[in-house]
Amino acid sequence: MDFAELVRGFPELTTTGLVQGAIYALIALGYTLVYGVLRLINFAHSEVFMIGTFGAIWTWAAFGLDSNSGAPSVGRSLLLIALAIVAAALLSGSVALLIEVTAYRPLRRRNAPPLAFLITAIGASYALMELMGTLTQRRQVGSPALLPADTLFSIGGWSVTPVQMLTLSVAILMMVGLDWFVNRTRFGKGIRAVAQDANTAALMGVNKSRVIALVFVLGGLMAGVAAVFSDMKSGNTRYNIGFLLGLKAFSAAVLGGIGNLRGAAIGGVLLGLVENYGSALFGSQWRDLIAFVVLIVLLMFRPTGLLGESLGRARA
Amino acid sequence: MTAVRERWHSASSAIGRRVDGLPKSARITGLLAFIAFLYILPNKWFYEYLNIPGVWIPLYTTRNDMAAVLFYCAWIVLLSLGLNVVVGYAGLLDLGFFGFFAVGAYTVALLTSPESKLITEYNWLESPWPWLVTVPIAIALALLSGVLLGAPTLRLRGDYLAIVTLGFAEMIRIIAKNQDWILNGDRGIPQVGHPPGNYPDGTAIFQFEFKPYYWLLLTVIIGAVFLIRNLANSRVGRAWVAIREDEDAAELMGVPTFRFKLWAFAIGAAVGGLSGTLWAGQANFVNSSTFSLENSILVLAAVLLGGAGSIGGAILGGFLVIYIPEWLRSVGDVFGLPETATVFGNDFDVSPTSLRYFIFGILLIIVMIFRPQGLWPNRRRAAELKDRQKEVAVVE
Repeated sequence: MDFAELVRGFPELTTTGLVQGAIYALIALGYTLVYGVLRLINFAHSEVFMIGTFGAIWTWAAFGLDSNSGAPSVGRSLLLIALAIVAAALLSGSVALLIEVTAYRPLRRRNAPPLAFLITAIGASYALMELMGTLTQRRQVGSPALLPADTLFSIGGWSVTPVQMLTLSVAILMMVGLDWFVNRTRFGKGIRAVAQDANTAALMGVNKSRVIALVFVLGGLMAGVAAVFSDMKSGNTRYNIGFLLGLKAFSAAVLGGIGNLRGAAIGGVLLGLVENYGSALFGSQWRDLIAFVVLIVLLMFRPTGLLGESLGRARA
Repeated sequence: MTAVRERWHSASSAIGRRVDGLPKSARITGLLAFIAFLYILPNKWFYEYLNIPGVWIPLYTTRNDMAAVLFYCAWIVLLSLGLNVVVGYAGLLDLGFFGFFAVGAYTVALLTSPESKLITEYNWLESPWPWLVTVPIAIALALLSGVLLGAPTLRLRGDYLAIVTLGFAEMIRIIAKNQDWILNGDRGIPQVGHPPGNYPDGTAIFQFEFKPYYWLLLTVIIGAVFLIRNLANSRVGRAWVAIREDEDAAELMGVPTFRFKLWAFAIGAAVGGLSGTLWAGQANFVNSSTFSLENSILVLAAVLLGGAGSIGGAILGGFLVIYIPEWLRSVGDVFGLPETATVFGNDFDVSPTSLRYFIFGILLIIVMIFRPQGLWPNRRRAAELKDRQKEVAVVE
C-alpha cells in the first residue's frame, strides 16, 4: 500500500485514468447497445475495436506516416486524426454489421437458443483475430506520433497533453451525441421500442431487422473512435489487442448496468480511474486484478450494476 | 438450403432411431468395440494402417504426434464433461471454468514438486508427496472453491453469473502470475510428480510420453461418464432440468434451486480439478499461462458445439475443438498447399497452421447456423428447442 505514491501522482493518475476510462466507455457502449436490444453479449465486439485500431494506422500509412516519421504540424495532425476517426469508425461499423449479418441474423431467423449466439460470437472473434494476425504477420504495428507530447495547459499540478484533451472532448461529444440519438430521434425511438418488446414493436411498424443492424453499426462506430484514441495513447497495436480491452470494456458495461447507455459511460470512466488509483496503491502488476475485484464486489451489492438495466424500459 | 437442412435432420434422427432399435446386447458390443478402438488409436501402426493411401485424406495428424493430440483431446473432453454439468444440465453460464482447473493443477504441483516453496522455504512438508495422494486433496479443494465461489454468486442470473465467473478465473490467473510467496509467479513450479506405476522391466510408465497419460485419461473419462450419467438420471438430474427450463417454476414446485445449482457448480469444479491433476502430472510444470480465458472459452465452445446437456455431445465437442485445428496443420502437407503468399511485395504466412483458428472460427459459425442445438444434442433439449421454433416469430 503506497499512499504517498497515490497522493503525489493524483492529478496525473486522474487525467490518464479519465482518458483510459473514456476509451473503455466508448467500447462499452457497443456492448451495452447490443445487449439492451438483443439480450446478447456480443463477444466479437472486441475484434470490431481491434480492426478499428488497424483502420486508423492504415489511414495514416496511406499518408506516408509510420511510427518513425516525425510529427506533422498541428493543423495537419488534427486533419489526419479526423480522417482516421472517420475511416476507423466506418471500418469498425462495417465489420460490426458484417458480424451481425453473417453470425447473428441467420440464428435469429431460426429462433436459436441464446447460447448458440455465444458460439457464433466466439467463432467470429477467432476468425477476425486470426485473419488480422495473418495480414499483419502477427507483429506489433506502431502508430505515428501526431500531436506534440508536451503539456497543453496545466492548472496547479494538473497538466493535460493535447492527446488527452482531444480524447476526452471527442469521447464526450460522441457519448452526448449517442445519448441524443437514442433518446431524441425517430431512429432512437425505434431502438428503444425494439429493446422494450421486439415483437410488439414489429407489429407497430418498426423494422426490427433494420433497428438491430443500426444498433450494431452504432456500436461499431463508437469502437472505431475508441480505436483511434487507443492507438494514439499506447502508440501501437497488435492483432490480439482487442481481447483484454474488450474484457475490461465489457466489465465497465456491467459495472454501470448493462443495457444502460449512461451506465456504460459512467462504468467506463469509473473503471479507468479505479484501475489507475489502484495500480498506484498496490503496484501496477495488479492493475488487471483491480478491475475484476471492483466488478465482483459491486455485483454482490448491486446485482444489476450502478444504474440498473434500462435501454427501453421506463426507469422504475 | 432448407432442403439440405431437412435431409440432414431426418438422416441424423434416422441413425438415432436405428441405434435405439438395436437390441441391448448389440448396443453394448458396439460401445465396447468403440472403446477398444479408442484405446488402440494412439499406436502409430494402428492409425497409419487405418489410412488407405490414395483413397482417403489421412485423418491422423502429421505435424504433431497423434498420441499427443489425442491426449489434449481427452484433456478437453474431460473438462467439457465437467462444464456440461454446469452449463448443459443446470443451465448456468460459467465462463471461468479454468479457475477450478488451476486449483487442481496448483495443488498437485505444490504438494508433489521438490521445488515447491512449501518444502524449500516454509518447511511445511518434509518431502514431496506422491501424486496419487494429492489427487483427492486437489479434487476436494477444487470442489470447495466451487462452493465458495458459487455460494455468493449463484444468486446472480444469466449473464451476470457469466461475468462474475469470468472475473474469478482471471483473478486466479493474475494472482498466480504475480505473487511470489508460494506459486513462484510466472516462473511456475517445475518437477511436478507423475502418476505411479512401473513396467515389468522397472522403468516408470508415466514419464513424458503421451500415450500412457492418454490411456489414463481415457479410463478416467469412462468413469466420469458413468458417474455423470447416473447423476443426470437421478433426482439431482431431474432437479437440474427443472431449473434449466424454468427456475421460478422449479422453486415454486419445491425444488431447492439454490442448493442444486450449487451442487452442479461444485461437481463441475471437481471434474475441472481432476483434469488439472492429470494435466499437471503430464506437463511436469505448472504456471499461470495455461489458465488463460481463451481456454475457458474453448471448453465452453466444445460443450455448446457438441450440444449442451448431452454427454455424447460434450465428448464429441471436446474432441473436435482440439482435433480440427490440429488436423488442419497437416492439411497443407496432404495437399501440398503453399506456406506463404506474396501480395504487393509482402510475404504472408498462409499455411493452414497459421490459418487454422481462422478456419475453425468460420466452421463454428457454419455449424451453429445449421445446427443451433449442437452436433449431438440431448433429446430433451432438442425438444425444448423445437418448441421454441414453433413459437410464431412475428416479423423479422
